[in-house]
Amino acid sequence: MGQAPVTPSRRHAAKAYLRALGAVLWKDVAAELRSRELVGAMLIFGFLVILIFNFALSLDARTRGTVTAGVLWVTFAFSGTLGLNRSMAIEKERGCFDGLLLAPVDRSAIYFGKVLGNLLFMLIVELLVIPLYSILYNINLFIPELFLVILLGSIGYTVVGTLLSSMAVQARTRDLLLPILLFPVVLPLLIAAVNASKGILQGFERSEIMFWLNILIVYDIIFTAVGFMAFDYVVEE
Amino acid sequence: MNRVPKTLKTLNRITSISFAVALYLVFFYAPREAIMGDVQRIFYFHVASFWVAALGFLGAAIAGGIYLSRRTRKWDQVALASIEVGVVFTFINIVSGSIWARPAWNTWWTWDPRLVTATIVELIYFAYIMLRQGIEDLDRRARFGAVYAIVGFISVPITFLSIRYLRTIHPVVIGSANPNAEGGFDMTSRMRVTFFFSLITFSLLYATLLWHRLRLERIGEKVQALKMKILSA
Repeated sequence: MGQAPVTPSRRHAAKAYLRALGAVLWKDVAAELRSRELVGAMLIFGFLVILIFNFALSLDARTRGTVTAGVLWVTFAFSGTLGLNRSMAIEKERGCFDGLLLAPVDRSAIYFGKVLGNLLFMLIVELLVIPLYSILYNINLFIPELFLVILLGSIGYTVVGTLLSSMAVQARTRDLLLPILLFPVVLPLLIAAVNASKGILQGFERSEIMFWLNILIVYDIIFTAVGFMAFDYVVEE
Repeated sequence: MNRVPKTLKTLNRITSISFAVALYLVFFYAPREAIMGDVQRIFYFHVASFWVAALGFLGAAIAGGIYLSRRTRKWDQVALASIEVGVVFTFINIVSGSIWARPAWNTWWTWDPRLVTATIVELIYFAYIMLRQGIEDLDRRARFGAVYAIVGFISVPITFLSIRYLRTIHPVVIGSANPNAEGGFDMTSRMRVTFFFSLITFSLLYATLLWHRLRLERIGEKVQALKMKILSA
């Protein structure tokens, strides 16, 4: 009764927005289903990172407990940049991006479509890395709270990463530039995610973990808003 | 054609004089700190250079925002000049802090929130400069620069907060004291005078450098335009 009336045209606009967003997402998923380049490469790269850590840190039973969270997040962050770079590079390669921008839809729908695609690929890779790590090191990582941290961390990472990779891809130095732009900005997110994961794995107090979860949530909200507003300026030509 | 404007000349003079006065205050007027001795005198310029850097980065984020809404080249130049000044002063801040930390903490470096945040800030704005260098199109360069200056600036407080939650030993001289701090002290009134005078001096220095940098940018633009004219003739 006290609600604002939703006019049909407004509902229609919302539907069109979601449809545009879904179309961009579906395009990325369909391309990936056909080529199977991205997720495979990210996964193998992630596995290699873990392998390198295994020898670099000599992950024996004692050290493993304290560094697992760190190793996992470094793996996610590195394979994440691989995915972000690729997902924007294929748009740029044959002028697909210009085609996308010509579509008569809100630009932010394109942005969130790309974000959801990148998020989806990142989550798939993470969901495959977790059991792999569990088996290799005989450690149980199937904790619901840990998945929440991974979800929140990945959202923040892709929200910022998609915005910055759409800038990096238009620069001369391209894939060289993305990690340099991305890592200093995404550092608080990684600190919070590592510490939250560590807290969960080592059974810290709830209040300690909540602090880091709050930082993750705040980061996600702020940078979703920033990405939403700034993407327009990045792609306008 | 490109004579130095009169106001800038005056500003140059005022800044030089007040810098000389600030040096005098730091070395002769301010008392010798009882525990740390003369090395504490670094504090005045150490904090002042942080202040300039913070001004520069805040200024760049604001100028970036104005550029995005108004699209006048001038604001992009202000943002770039601010960030270049900020990068230099962040470096001065880190190095002077290191020189102080060696006798006070017995180490050049610790992973304290302020130290790490200062380093991250430096890296963010190095990335800003690299981003600009990678883009030829003037309009696009300005837009991306503005977006990154804003994104980077917003991330800094969150970074500081998240590292602060780990442990800190950095003294907090202004505001609430930190019980874990090492090398803290209470300012006497003479110290306070010196400190605030240094802040004002460095603010003037910021304004002067910013102005010179902007002039340089504009002169560079003119040279470029002349070059194109000659080449096309």
